[in-house]
Amino acid sequence: MEVHLEHLTKRWGKVVAVDDLNLEIRSGEFVALLGPSGCGKTTTLLMIAGIYKPTSGYIRFDGRVVNKVPPKDRNVGMVFQSYALYPHMTVYENLTFPLKLKKVPEEEQRRKARRIAEMMGIGHLLDRYPAQLSGGQQQRVALGRALIKEPALLLFDEPLSNLDARLRLTMRAEIKRLQMELGITSIYVTHDQVEAMTLADRIAVMREGRLQAFATPEELYERPRTLFVAGFIGNPPMNFTQVEVIQQDGQYLAVNPDMRLAVDPDRGSRAAGRGRVIMGIRPEHITLARDGEPAHLEAEVYLVEPLGRDDLINARVGKETHLHFLADPALKLRIGDRVRLRVDTSRVQFFDPETEQSLLWS
Amino acid sequence: MDEGALRTGLRPRQMYFLMFLMTLLTLPIVVGYLWIFISTFSRRTHGLIPVDIEGRPFRGLTLENWSFLWQDPNIWKVTLNSLILALGLTVGVVLISAMAGYALSRIRFPGRKGFLALTLILHAFPSVTLLISIYFVLRWLARIPVVGRGLPLIGGIGYNTLGGVILVMVSLQLPLGIWLMKGFFDQIPWDVERAALIDGASRFLVWRKILLPQIKPGIAALSIFTFIAGWNEFLIPYTYMTQQEKSTIATYINSLLSETAPVNYSQVAAVGLFQLLPVLLFFVFTQEYLLSIFSGGMKGGA
Ligand SMILES: Nc1ncnc2c1ncn2[C@@H]1O[C@H](COP(=O)(O)OP(=O)(O)O)[C@@H](O)[C@H]1O
Ligand SMILES: [Mg+2]
Repeated sequence: MEVHLEHLTKRWGKVVAVDDLNLEIRSGEFVALLGPSGCGKTTTLLMIAGIYKPTSGYIRFDGRVVNKVPPKDRNVGMVFQSYALYPHMTVYENLTFPLKLKKVPEEEQRRKARRIAEMMGIGHLLDRYPAQLSGGQQQRVALGRALIKEPALLLFDEPLSNLDARLRLTMRAEIKRLQMELGITSIYVTHDQVEAMTLADRIAVMREGRLQAFATPEELYERPRTLFVAGFIGNPPMNFTQVEVIQQDGQYLAVNPDMRLAVDPDRGSRAAGRGRVIMGIRPEHITLARDGEPAHLEAEVYLVEPLGRDDLINARVGKETHLHFLADPALKLRIGDRVRLRVDTSRVQFFDPETEQSLLWS
Repeated sequence: MDEGALRTGLRPRQMYFLMFLMTLLTLPIVVGYLWIFISTFSRRTHGLIPVDIEGRPFRGLTLENWSFLWQDPNIWKVTLNSLILALGLTVGVVLISAMAGYALSRIRFPGRKGFLALTLILHAFPSVTLLISIYFVLRWLARIPVVGRGLPLIGGIGYNTLGGVILVMVSLQLPLGIWLMKGFFDQIPWDVERAALIDGASRFLVWRKILLPQIKPGIAALSIFTFIAGWNEFLIPYTYMTQQEKSTIATYINSLLSETAPVNYSQVAAVGLFQLLPVLLFFVFTQEYLLSIFSGGMKGGA
């Protein structure tokens, strides 16, 4: 099912939870709504589900405006962060509740419940009550309950955030597999950019009720259009420093009192002559220069945060420019060590400090 | 309960001391009940000791005080009336409170805040001050044909009918009931309700199939409270029903306290005990639910 949001707005008194949101979701697409907590993701989802009425704007399912259609007639399934299972019903009763309301014959209910339970790996739990299940099992039941009525649209509201890290990985993979198998159009709300990047075909980044970007994960990663998107997508987050880009001897140099970095002319040319701009470099595009290799920057290790597979190094360039990058823990970098850094200057980003818009992509 | 005791952090000694203190404080009440019990089976008593006419102790035991059970047919009429009053009150209060409580907890409508404040004030309002105005309302209701005073079982809803008494009591009990029910609904997470709406339920079905089962302990507690209140009520039936000895047990007892003839207190005690017994039994079996109304909780759930 295609879902179109047009100028969708929701106000709570003076608070604007969702502000003029425009989104076109294709049939069968998996879209993530990504943004920090409180930016209006849940509100958007609940409007699509029919729980909240939009203050203004339209929601279209396959072209039809559904603003006034009650939730039960929208044919959507939803998975909540809190699971929202019915505590007084067994797993079986939870699963078949949507079917019962549709007056599906008992025999068919049983068959479908068994199939869904099989698919979700909860076949042995059908007689239990939700309180007797672990968080992961509850989430599977909730997912099964959303799937059993074969909805045209699946909504997820941070379904994994109450699970422990390990389980989150498993469930994430499972949701991805299920969605690909079933091909149901899905909208997945999360504040976790890794989740959004791994699951979604396209990501809608929201901030304070407004849509910041709507693009594929690669696009958001390689060509972020705003400073916010650049900082929000990617882990560890992008490094930002104020520089001025000048042209010298046919080269473009990003200059501030702490450093002079020759950058890719394609990119540098768009930032040159604009006075102060913000330069962004992803940590993964900074590497240690091997012996004999020329370095772009010299720095001093300021802080070392072991992440397990990598060490996250906070290095100080000059007096007050800090850059994060990842280093092999085997190198045993210590605070105060001098390091020589190479930067993949063909992948640096530039932003206007006033408008926070990208100077490269628009 | 056990966990509660553990969590007080008291040492056994302090616990025993507190128990002793509480026993001491409740002793007068316990002795009072004991006296009622003993005196109903005695001709006379000296303190807690039954005596016969000559004053010899531990003599003069008799069932005479209980003879109203087989000699006065009115007792069964008033018992039935009390039962109808208590049940009618319970059904009315629980049904209306559960619906109003849901609306007040879940739906935003104009006047919601004002209504909540008003019910709170009404709850604090002493009902005695309303007696006279209610009298006129009931007189007026009595003039409605059939419904006024021509219904079976409850007589009607007008003055001098059991139904009228139920009506008045329901409205007096509602503020508390509504607030309690609202509190219980408030504790149910919104998401469960939203999930049910998305699963295809109507608002009414959500209330009936998803929310009510989850506040069962609250409904049970309110039912018990209301039932006992109706069973014991004296003032309203006394005021709005004319024949005391034929209204409810409470007014029946009052009718025994004649101002002209000498009062047989042992008999009064016997009727009192007769009225108390169901309540006591009821309480013993349901106290867990009653406690849940104070802790306001649905601990454990299903
Ligand atoms: N029912 C509501 N009443 C009033 N304000 C609300 C309500 N729901 C959400 N909001 C406000 O709307 C904004 C967006 O909330 P929400 O959609 O829950 O954010 P998110 O899901 O992205 O964390 C927040 O400022 C929140 O306080
Ligand atoms: Mg949310």
